[in-house]
Amino acid sequence: MTDKDRPILETRSLGKRFSIGTRFSAEGRRTVHAVDNVSLTVRRGETVGLVGESGCGKSTLARCLVRLYEISDGELLFEGDDITSKSLSELRPLRRRLQMVFQDPSASLNPRRRVGDLVAEPLRIHGKLSSREIASRVAELFDLVGLLPDHVMRYPHEFSGGQRQRVGIARAIALNPDLVVLDEPVSALDVSVQAQIVNLLADLQEKLDLTYVFIAHDLSVVRQVSTRIAVMYLGSIVEDGPAEEVFSTPAHPYSQALISAVPVVETTPSGTRRRIILTGDVPSPLDPPSGCRFHPRCPIAAERCRTERPEVREFRPGRKVACHFPTV
Amino acid sequence: MILSVRDLKVSFRTDDGLVRAIDGVSFDLAESEILGVVGESGSGKTVSLLAVMGLITDPNAVIEGSIRYKGRELVGLPPRELRRLRGNEIAMIFQDPMTALTPVYTIGWQIAEQIRAHRNISKSKAMERVEELLAEVNFPNPHEAMSRYPHQLSGGMRQRAVIAMALSCNPALLVADEPTTALDVTVQAGILDLVRKLRATHKSAVVFITHDMGVVSELADRVMVMYAGRIVERGSRTALFSDPRHPYTRALLGSIPPLTGAKPRRLPAIPGSPPSLLRLPQGCAFGPRCPVRYEPCLTGKPDLGAATHAAACYRVAQA
Ligand SMILES: Nc1ncnc2c1ncn2[C@@H]1O[C@H](COP(=O)(O)OP(=O)(O)OP(=O)(O)O)[C@@H](O)[C@H]1O
Ligand SMILES: Nc1ncnc2c1ncn2[C@@H]1O[C@H](COP(=O)(O)OP(=O)(O)OP(=O)(O)O)[C@@H](O)[C@H]1O
Ligand code: SF4
Ligand code: SF4
Ligand SMILES: [Mg+2]
Ligand SMILES: [Mg+2]
Repeated sequence: MTDKDRPILETRSLGKRFSIGTRFSAEGRRTVHAVDNVSLTVRRGETVGLVGESGCGKSTLARCLVRLYEISDGELLFEGDDITSKSLSELRPLRRRLQMVFQDPSASLNPRRRVGDLVAEPLRIHGKLSSREIASRVAELFDLVGLLPDHVMRYPHEFSGGQRQRVGIARAIALNPDLVVLDEPVSALDVSVQAQIVNLLADLQEKLDLTYVFIAHDLSVVRQVSTRIAVMYLGSIVEDGPAEEVFSTPAHPYSQALISAVPVVETTPSGTRRRIILTGDVPSPLDPPSGCRFHPRCPIAAERCRTERPEVREFRPGRKVACHFPTV
Repeated sequence: MILSVRDLKVSFRTDDGLVRAIDGVSFDLAESEILGVVGESGSGKTVSLLAVMGLITDPNAVIEGSIRYKGRELVGLPPRELRRLRGNEIAMIFQDPMTALTPVYTIGWQIAEQIRAHRNISKSKAMERVEELLAEVNFPNPHEAMSRYPHQLSGGMRQRAVIAMALSCNPALLVADEPTTALDVTVQAGILDLVRKLRATHKSAVVFITHDMGVVSELADRVMVMYAGRIVERGSRTALFSDPRHPYTRALLGSIPPLTGAKPRRLPAIPGSPPSLLRLPQGCAFGPRCPVRYEPCLTGKPDLGAATHAAACYRVAQA
């Protein structure tokens, strides 16, 4: 096995449950299966794009991957090492190598601290650097993400959205991580700033040999950054494969609907793209449908789909789908 | 005209000096019209619409110009009057859903309160209406969702709760600030349909801020492009997308990653960054990043002019 093919992160039937309500509420205590039976392998140097409907469990899975959440079911392996139930102190050395960029940079940056301080913080906590070494590392990081040296003394609110996002990225890469999970890092940015950040992430990946898990709703951005795509529906992965292939020939009916629904700037006369409109109610992870969880909305659902839940299977090397009747 | 904004200027006094967030913005909005607003992050999209809503609370803000809603001047209107208009006739969907939601109450309670603040109906009637609204914004299990606290919802669900709140009064003017950024494309398509329905059934006018050009091209009748506190281009959707004129608009459209065909190694981003609003450059604010800047741009500030499809650029005026 070459280094490239070695999984850096792997989940085996991973699940995350939340309980909601109290025993006094009308429906009593209930369990939300936010992530259900997810087996995902992330290899060194690749970028896995995670897409799917709002509420399908992307952020929850992301937080499980960096162990910000306790994992309810299954296993999580980092470089082959089982870290599913490691304690916080056992995780400490790993924290440095597993980082996360949160969706909203302003919510994750303390408004009362100068941004130079915010970037230095992880260095102080994890590194054994002198304050002089920290200052020079901060300067280096600012340069790397395209911030100016005199920005060090500014406060977060004095930055535009794109600059704040760079601060979040500088913090995440401060300790030379191996894997960075990015939860909608560009969703709040206009397309030109978005393009700058996307280019920056690609440069950093090349320079620092990073691996990314990238969550976004904008499918054209996902396509640009990802080498692989994993499509989630109601807590589970329904399709997984090379980005180009999944975009050009999606196998799962949900992936097909998702890709067809992307609004695009029409330069060609309209009517050239056929949009698949999903009908039926969006199901709830509180009581998921029987059989295939997509069956109430699937345009090609058959009897079998109502009773039998399709397994994830590899229908071609590198391409997986969970559907009884995939388009292959 | 339902809304007429004339020469709106908003500045903030800060320790470092005066931040000119909005530097002379004028636009009109007719009944049943959907206006898309796009532009650089930090260009003043949110601030200009907060000004329209009378929601700039920063004591250091200086607001000048005129904002007329159905002929009535809003600048200088007492806060109580403004509050009456908001929620009754004018509604806003905030960019960050958590500014409109309180963490300590369930979303059902919060939306019901919003309805009851403006309409005299019973609590149970209001709750019924909440359930309907949550179903309309595509909540799975709307009844159950009413008893959830904001942190128990995904990002996109919080955003939809806020949309439900804004739609609860069938507003005559809806200002939506990036309402669909946290939503996947299928749910987004549903929300865009709701906005169209609101327009069709209540003749509502809508201002829709977004950075998603695909959404603009699907929804908006007219589009306004902002840069550094000014409108740099304005036109009908078709004119703007088929014939973008301002160099900034062109660059912006060029930065969109393609959905099909070959994948560029790098995206064509606009070099440099937007100017500091404390120290705007002499001449055209886009000048330092403009690929076609020439002599006149260094000293003068190009005007937008009055044409239906207009761009604030000397090159365009000359052509
Ligand atoms: N703390 C919590 N308590 C209860 N339920 C939760 C909690 N956090 C998330 N959930 C539920 O888990 C499901 C998945 O949420 P998650 O935030 O992972 O979705 P997502 O895919 O990131 O959605 P979005 O695209 O809208 O951000 C949702 O149904 C949500 O309501
Ligand atoms: N209270 C304030 N004090 C000082 N400056 C402010 C204040 N509020 C906003 N600004 C500045 O005004 C400018 C316009 O901000 P605004 O939020 O309108 O941008 P925007 O176009 O909505 O950007 P985005 O796409 O990132 O949301 C920004 O440069 C911002 O830093
Ligand atoms: S298993 Fe059946 S219902 Fe599920 S996606 Fe495939 S065809 Fe549709
Ligand atoms: S006025 Fe000059 S600098 Fe400004 S956009 Fe036009 S050509 Fe460029
Ligand atoms: Mg999320
Ligand atoms: Mg804004």
